[in-house]
Amino acid sequence: MKKTRLVRYIFPLAAALALGALLLIDPPAGRKAAQVTLFSFKEMLLVIPPIFVLLGLLDVWVPREKMVRFMGDKSGLLGILLALFIGSAAAGPLYGAFPVAAVFMRKGVKFTNLLVFLGAWSTTKIPMFLFELSALGAGFALTRLLVNIPGIIGMAYILRLSLREEEVNELYARAAAEER
Amino acid sequence: MIFTYVFYGAAGLLLVLSLLKDRKKTKAALLKAWKAFENILPQFLAILFIAGILLAFLTPDTISRFIGRESGWWGVVGAALVGSVTLIPGFLAFPLAALLLKNGAGATQIGAFVSTLMMVGVITLPVEIKYLGRKVALLRNLLAFAFSFLVALVIGWVVS
Repeated sequence: MKKTRLVRYIFPLAAALALGALLLIDPPAGRKAAQVTLFSFKEMLLVIPPIFVLLGLLDVWVPREKMVRFMGDKSGLLGILLALFIGSAAAGPLYGAFPVAAVFMRKGVKFTNLLVFLGAWSTTKIPMFLFELSALGAGFALTRLLVNIPGIIGMAYILRLSLREEEVNELYARAAAEER
Repeated sequence: MIFTYVFYGAAGLLLVLSLLKDRKKTKAALLKAWKAFENILPQFLAILFIAGILLAFLTPDTISRFIGRESGWWGVVGAALVGSVTLIPGFLAFPLAALLLKNGAGATQIGAFVSTLMMVGVITLPVEIKYLGRKVALLRNLLAFAFSFLVALVIGWVVS
């Protein structure tokens, strides 16, 4: 058990070594890479903890039936809107959304709603939108938002249509098995 | 950023409520939170290192050479590709995009860059596959990549 746990860290260790090598071969580029890595690392430490705490609380306190009612197979428009809203209210990089998606699957959230949630998290986050607005202007930011909202929903349904029922079920079964 | 503090506030408040209501359940929740985090931590760390190394080579100069206003469709494709393989924290990404626009990148190209930057994640693909499976992860990224061209077109049309 202990060994397999450490083995999982081989990949990041190799990446860290690559960064070390870059520092030796090309110090300016290496320093820049280290800077960006450190910056992203700080971002992760700052942004990620509340996401996972909320995730744990959601997992323990919100019963499956409730989630199914609001975001499950029969949740209709409300489910889509909730998925859009929750994804947009999120903070942090997209890779923080995948563990949340796994909990959503365990709680019986409809697959298309899950994809809408991921789409919203990736690109219509409210804090990011405000940032975009100030950096790139209203024309750019608003246009992107207005194209993105129908786009996210459309892509979710296209993706769902290209999957067979069993494939979706298998994903849900896998998420459920992770729980232990 | 304010939203991060809102998240901390919400998490803290709910945690206290949870503690008041049920100590055991709260402990279980925190344990789940930690497990979910530790489960994905190695990949997170690898992503941070790789993203840092990539960004050291993709300076604003290099990027604007690819995606200047005159670069046309190839520039849009290049911008979309660069956005797909990079992972830049949001509050660095938008100032960078604004800088590129000022340095002569076209709005269509920047639209493609920003869109794929946020929606498509090549570096994070292994994490995504872990949770969503290979097929869904690949399809989601491909769809988002294609969709980014539509976003770019509309932005180029509206903004210029």
